[in-house]
Amino acid sequence: MAPVLVLTAHPDLRLSRVNRALLDAARELAARAGGALEVRDLYALYPDYLIDVAAEQAAAERARLIVWQHPIHWYSMPPLMKLWVDEVLALGWAYGAGRDGRPARALAGRDLWLVASTGGPESAYSPRGYNRYFFDAFLPPYEQTAALCGLRFLPPLVLHGALAASREGVEAHSRAYAERLERYPDWPELAELEECPACDMPPGDRPAAAAALREAA
Amino acid sequence: MSAVAPWLSGSLVFLGAAVIAVPLSRALGLGAIIGYLAAGLVIGPFGLGLVRDPETILHFAELGVVLMLFLVGLELEPRRLWALRRPIFGWGSAQVIGCAAVLVCAAWALGVPWKLALVAALGLALSSTAIALQVMDERNMMATSAGQAGFAILLFQDVAAIPILALIPLLGGVERPDDGSTWIEAARAIGVVLAIVLGGRLLLRPLFRWIARSNTPEIFTAASLLLVVGTAALMQAAGLSMALGAFLAGVLLAESEYRRELETDVEPFKGLLLGLFFIAVGMSVDFDALLRQPLLVLGLLIAFLAIKGVVLWGLARAIGLPWQERPVFALLLAQGGEFAFVVFQAAAGARVLDAETTSLLIGAVALSMLLTPLLLVALDRWVLPRYAQVERSDMPLLEEPQDAPIIIAGFGRYGQIVGRMLYANGLKATVLEHDAEQIDFLRRFDFSVYYGDATRLDLLRKAGAASAKVLVIAIDDVDKSLKVADMAREHFPQLTVVARARNVTHWYALRDRGVRHVERETLDASLMTARSVLEAMGWQPHRARTLALHFRRHSLEQLERAWPHHKDEAKLVSMARAGRQQLEELFAQERAAREARRREGWGE
Repeated sequence: MAPVLVLTAHPDLRLSRVNRALLDAARELAARAGGALEVRDLYALYPDYLIDVAAEQAAAERARLIVWQHPIHWYSMPPLMKLWVDEVLALGWAYGAGRDGRPARALAGRDLWLVASTGGPESAYSPRGYNRYFFDAFLPPYEQTAALCGLRFLPPLVLHGALAASREGVEAHSRAYAERLERYPDWPELAELEECPACDMPPGDRPAAAAALREAA
Repeated sequence: MSAVAPWLSGSLVFLGAAVIAVPLSRALGLGAIIGYLAAGLVIGPFGLGLVRDPETILHFAELGVVLMLFLVGLELEPRRLWALRRPIFGWGSAQVIGCAAVLVCAAWALGVPWKLALVAALGLALSSTAIALQVMDERNMMATSAGQAGFAILLFQDVAAIPILALIPLLGGVERPDDGSTWIEAARAIGVVLAIVLGGRLLLRPLFRWIARSNTPEIFTAASLLLVVGTAALMQAAGLSMALGAFLAGVLLAESEYRRELETDVEPFKGLLLGLFFIAVGMSVDFDALLRQPLLVLGLLIAFLAIKGVVLWGLARAIGLPWQERPVFALLLAQGGEFAFVVFQAAAGARVLDAETTSLLIGAVALSMLLTPLLLVALDRWVLPRYAQVERSDMPLLEEPQDAPIIIAGFGRYGQIVGRMLYANGLKATVLEHDAEQIDFLRRFDFSVYYGDATRLDLLRKAGAASAKVLVIAIDDVDKSLKVADMAREHFPQLTVVARARNVTHWYALRDRGVRHVERETLDASLMTARSVLEAMGWQPHRARTLALHFRRHSLEQLERAWPHHKDEAKLVSMARAGRQQLEELFAQERAAREARRREGWGE
């Protein structure tokens, strides 16, 4: 199994069925996989929203596939996941120019996989539904975040209608998820996937003098 | 020694005696006053004979007593006294008058002349403020009702000493010619007091203001001493007690803006001179008289301790002190004190007591002061444990075995917050508390608390420790807390122990015992305060919060790192220093990083 990092973010796992099932499936796989699969439950690790950036960066560097598993809240990710993005994907480490002036691409070449769940059914995500847009319309922020860091954005695995999902449906979904994790990078669709688009920031966009010091915290 | 001037050799002897005797007596747990007395005994005419003439020293050293009473007057806070008037004047006078009355009756019944009996009783009724306060502080009694009652009574005694001292010259007294001069004397006395009071109110503050403006600190000190000496001289000329005059002067300045400065200036003189006074008292003790009549002295000692003890016990019941606290209260206040020396000396000076009686009385009081630490130890060893074992019938005892998943040991401020949080979330906990007063208090708020000592294994078992999941140790007493942790580890290993640490040493000790969840009781509160200070200085609240959390994390890491070495003090010190430096660097780096981000516009 290739090294995989699963980042789970659910504000209250007690209320979750789908995300909890996915988390359990990942954990069970991690137990079997030796050190190849690491599962980090952000809300459990950082209840006080004090992210250990160094530890997170190290974990991300160890993996080839980074999984973001969370429920879609307000067409986006839960707050602690966003905090992770803000603090861990730091200027001078994940993007921009490093101390020496050369491009900083700590995560370049890796893959990012979004595993999400939505409350409403798929039909709501359409121009005629109450979400007014297809679900794809809410993906550009994720895609572009990945692109700027040199990560390839894999086709997301989304379960719509999580609130109404049946038990068998959830179980089947979890099984499929675990199986994909295990098979990575042996996924058929990866062969046809485009390379990560090159997003080079022109040097003038971020002053060179401010080439960031790695977040000391 | 003839080449040495007498004042030089005298000072040498006194200072040397004090410097040797006092630390020794403190190390033995006997307190400084015993040390001074012993020093006096040794160097006086009955000891080594290094000082031949204690009388002159005594008169000089009385200045120490006068200064002490000046400070008592100065530190009197009339408003506070008024607020506490019931305990202070009510119980205080009950104690002094009660003890004195019983002692007078006992003495009179034994055929002692009434003046002698009265003076002796008044002197013996007073307790040792210094020793009692110190012991109460050590035993953490100030928060208990016994401590507060004791404190109020001692405060009253400070004030009561004045009328007693004022009474003595009137009791004694040379034969007066039977003409109108007694009225003249009385008028003169009243006149002097009035002069001091009025003159004081009108002149003192402007006078001190003028002196303060001269900006010479030593003149301020000189002025304060001049004030005390002056009033003392005036009062003595009028045949009144010097101490009363000094007390009045102190009270007149108590509410002035110079009070703090006066206290600081006069305090060192008072300390030294009072020490000299006690040395002089020790010197004047006729040790031979004591040795000649040991039984009398012992009898006196036992009698007055017993009588006072009984009266104080009765008083404790009347005040309503919990029965566990009564023995210590009675014992602490029963002993005789330094005021007794002052009273007896004054009485000897006024010829109310003869030298031999004075020595006997002083001997008895000194012995009582010596005996008190021993009696306290005996109390702790034999009496109080028995009190702890006797279950009060009105306390909620743990009768049936409990099965709640959480046990909370200790339900003071700390435990209560834990308990309330759990109850509010529907979790059940069995609560054990050992302070009867606390339980009485809690029951009024409908908490279900059981009375018991959590360090007892059978009690823990009954509380369900064998099947519970979590044991919260919220006890503030460090030794008890560690004992409970030990027992949990040994007998109930399945329990998750969550403990409160009073300080870092306690933290290490708990971690040593395998407790993983240990919280320092003041850490988070202090950090919140620090955050408020940062915000008050204009820092962004969220920034302050993040810094505080970083500090907290760093502090915890430091603690974990130092833990294996916590028995090695040198290592701890160097680690602490390194840790502080590291924290500064950490914060400096963060500031630099923030600067960098701000400059690049991230902060938009």
